[in-house]
Amino acid sequence: MLSIKNLNVAINGQQILKDFNLEIKTGEVHAIMGPNGTGKSTLASTLAGKEAYEVLSGEVIFKGKDLLEMSPDERAREGVFLAFQYPVEIPGVTVTNFMKAAINAKRRHFGLDPMDAKDFLKLMRQKMELVEIKKEMMSRSLNEGFSGGEKKRNEIFQMAMLEPSLCILDETDSGLDIDALRIVANGINKLRSPERSFLVITHYQRLLNYIVPDVVHVMFGGKIVKSGGKELALELEEKGYDWIKDEVAAEA
Amino acid sequence: MTENDKIIEEVTQSDYKYGFVTNIEQEFALKGLTEDTVRFISAKKGEPEWMLEWRIKGYKAWLKMEQPHWQNVSFPNIDFQSIIYYAATKKKKKVNSLDDIDPEILATYKKLGIPIQEQKVLAGVAVDYVMDSESVITTFRESLKEKGIIFCSISEAVKDYPDLVRQYLGSVVPQRDNYYAALNSAVFSDGSFVYIPKGVRCPMELSTYFRINAENTGQFERTLIIADEGSYVSYLEGCTAPMRDENQLHAAVVELVTHDNAEIKYSTVQNWYPGDKNGKGGIYNFVTKRGLCKGVNSKISWTQVETGSAITWKYPSCILKGDNSIGEFYSVAVTNNYQQADTGTKMIHIGKNTRSRIVSKGISAGKSQNSYRGLVQIHRTADNAYNSSQCDSLLIGDRCGAHTFPYLEIKNNSGKVEHEATTSKIGEDLLFYCNQRGLSNEEAVSMIINGYCKEVFQHLPMEFAVEATKLLAISLEGSVG
Repeated sequence: MLSIKNLNVAINGQQILKDFNLEIKTGEVHAIMGPNGTGKSTLASTLAGKEAYEVLSGEVIFKGKDLLEMSPDERAREGVFLAFQYPVEIPGVTVTNFMKAAINAKRRHFGLDPMDAKDFLKLMRQKMELVEIKKEMMSRSLNEGFSGGEKKRNEIFQMAMLEPSLCILDETDSGLDIDALRIVANGINKLRSPERSFLVITHYQRLLNYIVPDVVHVMFGGKIVKSGGKELALELEEKGYDWIKDEVAAEA
Repeated sequence: MTENDKIIEEVTQSDYKYGFVTNIEQEFALKGLTEDTVRFISAKKGEPEWMLEWRIKGYKAWLKMEQPHWQNVSFPNIDFQSIIYYAATKKKKKVNSLDDIDPEILATYKKLGIPIQEQKVLAGVAVDYVMDSESVITTFRESLKEKGIIFCSISEAVKDYPDLVRQYLGSVVPQRDNYYAALNSAVFSDGSFVYIPKGVRCPMELSTYFRINAENTGQFERTLIIADEGSYVSYLEGCTAPMRDENQLHAAVVELVTHDNAEIKYSTVQNWYPGDKNGKGGIYNFVTKRGLCKGVNSKISWTQVETGSAITWKYPSCILKGDNSIGEFYSVAVTNNYQQADTGTKMIHIGKNTRSRIVSKGISAGKSQNSYRGLVQIHRTADNAYNSSQCDSLLIGDRCGAHTFPYLEIKNNSGKVEHEATTSKIGEDLLFYCNQRGLSNEEAVSMIINGYCKEVFQHLPMEFAVEATKLLAISLEGSVG
C-alpha cells in the first residue's frame, strides 16, 4: 500500500524527517508514537502534500504510484485521507454540501457521474450511525461552533464517507474525553478492512487500547528508531520515552 | 512569489465574458455638456416643458458643485466635456412588437444570455431592456396593466403618466442631492418606471437589464419605483458593458417610495466591465440609490451583488420615516485585480420603532481595495429605533485591502445599535483542508465564498441567486489555483 524510502523533509529550511523509512501493507494498522517535536505530524502533512513541507529527497510509493508527484487534491482522490489534528471551520458550508462536493470530486476523478441524491442521503445515514453523530450536525456549517469531540467525530465521519485506501490519523485522540475517544475508536475499528491501511499517529498509548495496531513504531529525531508489536505501546506507556532516547544515544 | 500567491493569481484571473460590441446604427448628442445638450436630450425624447425645466434646474445645480473626492478610491478627475451624453438607435418607427427591434439588438441580448422573447423569458419575470440611452422594449406590460401595475420606461412614463412622475421624481433624491445626482437629473436618458397600486401584490419579478454599448458614452439612467398602500413588488437589476480601454461613466439614480404597509425588494447583480488585469478601462459606477419608507409599517430591502466596474461607489439607503418601518441592506461586493469599491448604506431612522439591518460581505482579491462605509442615523423623533450591522471582509491573497468605515449618529437614547465586524482570509490551511478532501483550489474557493455569502444570497430571488453564484465563481476564477 505505502512504501516510504529514505525520505528527507524540511520546513522553513529546517530538516525534520531524516532518512525516514516505512512500509505499510494493505490491511495493516500501524501506530507511530514518540515524544513531541520528533516529526510525527510532519510525516502526516508530507504524505498529504502540504505546500510548506519541502521534500529534499527520497520516495513515496502509494498503490504503485509516485505519491510525491501528485497534487494534494489528487492524492486525496486517489485514496489518501488525513484526519486533521485541528480541523478548520468553513462558515456557511454545511457538512452535507461539503461531503457532496468531496464525493463528487472523487467520482469525477474516476470518470463517474455525480452521486444520485437519494443514494447520497442513504450513504450519509449509514455513516452517521458509525460515529454516532446526529442528523442536525449535517446541516450545520462545517466545524463552526463544533466542540473538540464533534470535530474529531466529524473527521472520522468524512473518512467513512470517502472510503479511502490509506487513513492517516494525526493525533485524533488529543483533546478527547473518554466517551468521545471510545466513539471515535469504534468508528475507526468498523472501518478496518483487508483493503484499507491505517497510519495512527499518537502521543499516548490510550487510543491503542481501542484500536489495536499490527505494528507499533517509535519515532525520534525524524526517523523510526524502534518497531514492534502492540506490546511496545504498553512498554512506552510504562517507561516513558527516555529509555528510547538513551538507547539511541548509546548507539550513536 | 509564494505558491499561495500563484494560486491566488490563477483563480482570480478570468476573462470578462460580456465585453463584445454590437454594431448598430446609433445617433449621438455632441460631446460635452452645456445647457444645449440638456435641451437636445429633452427634445429628442419629445418631453413636455415641465420636464425640461426640471432638467435645467438639475444642470444649474450641477454647475455650482464640485467633483467629490472624499471616498476611499482614487481616479483622475473626470473630464465631463469629453463624454457623450446621449446615444440611441436610429429608429424609424415606434417599437410595438419584437419584429420592430433591430435584429442586432436581439442578437446582443441573446448573446448576453437574456432572451427578449416573452415565451422564452424565465417564467415570472418581466423585463425592461435598456441599451445606452434608451429602453429597447418592456415585456409583459399588457398582462401587468390588467392589475393596474405600470411598468414601462421612464421616458414613456413622462408622457403617459405625467402626474405620477411629477409627484415623485426627485422626491427622494432631489436634483441638488449630490454632484452625480445633479448630473443625472440634467441628462438622464432612460430607465424604468414602476407603479404598484393599492393592495396589489405584483405577481412577477420586475427587472431591468442595463447595457452600455456605445463608445465614449456615459449611461445615466433613472429608475423610479412607487409602491402604494399595502402593495408589494420585487425588482431586479442587471448590467454589463463591452470591454474598452477608456473608462466609462455610469451615474444612475434610483428612487423608491413605499406607502403604508407596502414593501419593495430591490435586487442588483452588477457586472459592469471591471477593466483589464492591469487596471486599464472599466466602468466608473457612481450611483445614488435611495428608498423612502414613507408610510407606517412599510419596508424597503436592498440586496446587491457587486462584481464588476473599475470603481464602484454607491450607498443604497433607506429613510425610515413611517413609524414601524423597516430598512434592510444585504451586500456582497467583490473586487479583484485593480478594482476599487467604496460601498455601503445609510439607514436614517426618523419614525418610531423603526428597524434596520445591514449585512455587508466584502471580498477582495488581487491588488484591489474594498471599503465598507455605512451610516446609521437615529433622529430625536425615532423612539425605540433598532439597528444591527454586520460587516465582514474576506481577503484572498495579501496584496489586497479591506476597510470598514462605520458611522453612528444617535440622538435618541431609546435607540439600540449593534455593530459587528470580522476580517478573515482564505489562507493555506483552509485550502489545504479542502484539497485533502479531493477538492481542487478552484472548487474550494468557490465553495468557501458561496458559504461566506450565503446570508446575502438567500435574500435574492432564486434565478438571481443561481446567477450570482456563477458570477462570483467567474469573477474570482484564477484568484487561487
